[in-house]
Amino acid sequence: MDVLTLSRIQFGATIAFHYIYPPLSIGLGVMLVIMEATWLKTKNPIYHQMARFWTKVFALTFAIGVATGIVMEFEFGTNWATYSKFVGDVFGSALAAEGIFAFFLESGFLAVLLFGWDKVGRKMHFFSTCMVCLGAHFSAVWIVVANSWMQTPAGYHIVGEGMHARAEVTDFWQVVFNPSMVDRLSHTICGAWQAGAFLVVSVSAWYLLKNKFTNFARASLKVGLTVAFIASLLQAVTGHMSAQGVGKNQPAKLAAFEGLYQTTSNAPLTVIGWVDEKNEQTHGLQIPGLLSFLDHNDFHTPVTGLDAFAPGDRPPVTPSFLFFHGMVAIGTALILVSALGFLYFRKGTLHERRWLLWILVFSVLGPQIANQLGWFAAEVGRQPWIVYGIMRTPEGLSKVVQANVVLTSLILFTFLYFLLFAVFIYLLNDKIQHGPHDDDLIPSGKLALPDEFTEHKKP
Amino acid sequence: MTFDLNTIWFILVGVLFTGYAMLDGFDLGIGALHLFTKKDEERRIMLNSIGPVWDGNEVWLVTGGGALFAAFPNVYATVFSGFYLAFYLLLAALIFRAVAIEFRSKQPMKWWRQTWDIGFSVGSILSALLIGVALGNIAWGIPIDVNGEFAGTFLGLLKPYPLLVGVTTVALFMMHGAIYGAMKTEGALHDKLRGWAMNSIIFFVICAATTTMATLLYVPHITSRVHDNPWLFSLVLANMLAIANIPREFHHNRDWLAFLSSCAAMITLMALFALNIFPNLVYSLPNPENSLNIYNAASSHKTLGIMLVIACIGVPIVIAYTICIYWIFRGKVKLDRMSY
Ligand code: HDD
Ligand code: HEM
Ligand code: HEM
Repeated sequence: MDVLTLSRIQFGATIAFHYIYPPLSIGLGVMLVIMEATWLKTKNPIYHQMARFWTKVFALTFAIGVATGIVMEFEFGTNWATYSKFVGDVFGSALAAEGIFAFFLESGFLAVLLFGWDKVGRKMHFFSTCMVCLGAHFSAVWIVVANSWMQTPAGYHIVGEGMHARAEVTDFWQVVFNPSMVDRLSHTICGAWQAGAFLVVSVSAWYLLKNKFTNFARASLKVGLTVAFIASLLQAVTGHMSAQGVGKNQPAKLAAFEGLYQTTSNAPLTVIGWVDEKNEQTHGLQIPGLLSFLDHNDFHTPVTGLDAFAPGDRPPVTPSFLFFHGMVAIGTALILVSALGFLYFRKGTLHERRWLLWILVFSVLGPQIANQLGWFAAEVGRQPWIVYGIMRTPEGLSKVVQANVVLTSLILFTFLYFLLFAVFIYLLNDKIQHGPHDDDLIPSGKLALPDEFTEHKKP
Repeated sequence: MTFDLNTIWFILVGVLFTGYAMLDGFDLGIGALHLFTKKDEERRIMLNSIGPVWDGNEVWLVTGGGALFAAFPNVYATVFSGFYLAFYLLLAALIFRAVAIEFRSKQPMKWWRQTWDIGFSVGSILSALLIGVALGNIAWGIPIDVNGEFAGTFLGLLKPYPLLVGVTTVALFMMHGAIYGAMKTEGALHDKLRGWAMNSIIFFVICAATTTMATLLYVPHITSRVHDNPWLFSLVLANMLAIANIPREFHHNRDWLAFLSSCAAMITLMALFALNIFPNLVYSLPNPENSLNIYNAASSHKTLGIMLVIACIGVPIVIAYTICIYWIFRGKVKLDRMSY
């Protein structure tokens, strides 16, 4: 294999692995804020117990998120040096801002969140939890700014020629608010909320099924299902906005997502189907006019097909199509599942419906897979460009790095990441089996308020 | 020397990496010393002395890397692609270290703890060594072609001089870590850490003296600035005084002043290094005209300006809450239910 293929595999694999963890931190961060806020408000210690239990899970995901994130940061320099020189002026600022505004905030206050329970008062602890959550969201902001700029570059001009050409900033705010940034950020963040909420839902549903920690599980489900349901609905809305943006800014990508070869008015939406690349056709269950409607709010407006692009400028169609459709299918399923769960929970009959509880247990995989598919679709659909319309992916490679060297690092990290993943699952499972700690029902140290035990002795 | 944006960013990147050395330096040092004690309880105390802060410390490296990318993209690209394998080793070491801290105390089994203890310690030592080797190569100079690309090999990076700088860095971090550890512990472990601190000081002084000799003999471009500006010797002097002060503070039982002394020693070392390479960031050997300096490797003025605004807003806030957090976790380590 050549350097290009190996570097792509390595970049894709390392970021896909990194991206298992940040959505969990972002989503669980929100859950922790809600749990602690509820505890402060109602003084019901079960919410304290909840916050403490999920904090431990948070710590575990966070550690691996950090460890794998550093790889990402250096990988631009190691494997994509030419790209780094070309975009450093624009792209680097976003990464540096991420460090200063997001990572410091998150890692700093994480210390108080994890180890400060008995050292600071409850207001200060709650404040720290909010800051950790905010920091996690900020990292999403800056990294999505950087990545969206690669999808829809704006606010720059090209200086120099040939080897020495590079993009330079002309307008910082245009770089930040590039055309796809707001849509993609809101979509990414909703996906992260789903990841966190469904994890809470899944573990709680499992406790109910096993008849363990039932009070704890019910209270957790209440928070979890509410967030899961809202985030799932929002996800369809933000996804739809993203799709319209893609249609406008990256028509070749949208055409690949939908497997649309011919530019047509009244374009059909393929709900489920497959792409026949040889004959340039897409088969399956199609609804006439719906794609035109979704893309342009009108059933007749033509949608640009792949025929408008030279074969060398088209993204790989089959993967784009499959990744995109997989994500949308999962998104729809998650709305259904969370709606059902929410409904029966409100009615108070959820614990009787074991089939639904089992679905909820496995629902945790949904957001994870959809998050991965979403990025795969977005990134593969951007090909053959590394910076859309300006620089092609092969041009971005490091000039001095040889294939065997990349192969070495690829093997090393594949091994390392498998190991990490196995240990992560093992420890997570261990944590879940042990469940919440009884001592956590009685806040200690500076967190304790003397009068509250009399009120809530038996939660 | 004109005080323009490029110079400011040279200084700021230097400040970020010095912050990294000063902060992560001590927790890499604690890692390097980790296996010296066999007792589980003592190992846990050492781990928990850095527990709340190691992650924030590492962010200095992350931000330093980001700042280098933004301010001097050509340096970022050339050095990282040129040192490819070395950087991947460094990353693997940093990963092992980070997750070992988190994983180690999650299970009681002896083999489990032993495994992660080794991961933590070896990861820490290897990280320190590789950082030093990279620094040593930058000081010595690396081959760069007319296009600003690295023109050497991986093995070429492992020359004796950079390796010597690497070992010196390990010694420096061990010293720094032991002093930090002494500050955070009490009782028998405290006395042990003090002992290790004294031994590391000796180890460091030997290494530093050797490195200085080697630099004077073999790396003339680095020392020419000191020759031309004799006042720079005051920095060397300050460095020696700072180190000599450490045993004195220990003697008076002022561990935290010993720690500050050690920080001062690191700052003077980094300042010396920076002043000597300025205005180059990467010195090209054997073709000095291909060196990457703060002008030919920099981003546009516009970006440097924007970044300066970002830094002026961000850095004071970061420093403020970093101090708060160190304050909240001041005092000796006590193990409790939330500890590692
Ligand atoms: C800030 C930038 C950034 C971010 C946040 C992501 N990527 Fe990416 N990705 C790139 C920047 C990038 C890149 C550097 O631009 C690559 C390398 C080569 C290329 O064409 O794009 C790339 C390639 C790339 C490829 C290979 C595509 C191909 O070669 O056909 C895959 C599969 C992914 N990425 C997957 C992901 C996933 C799962 C992400 C979720 C977190 C993700 N990317 C986030
Ligand atoms: C190529 C792209 C990326 C790079 C270069 C990158 C870089 C990093 C780095 C260096 C860290 C460690 C910070 C520390 O030491 O505290 C990190 C952690 C983190 N990253 Fe990424 N990252 C990337 C993609 C993403 C994406 C797509 C998201 C979310 C949308 C994200 C969100 C986070 C979060 C929330 C953390 C904190 C650790 C955690 O929560 O697990 N990152 N990242
Ligand atoms: C419900 C229907 C959904 C629709 C219509 C939709 C639509 C889209 C579109 C059009 C993109 C590509 C944006 C681009 O390339 O710039 C995208 C990307 C993405 N999707 Fe979805 N999506 C849906 C559900 C989901 C779900 C359930 C998740 C995860 C929980 C998810 C996670 C992502 C992620 C992480 C990306 C990549 C980031 C981005 O480009 O915004 N999506 N989605």
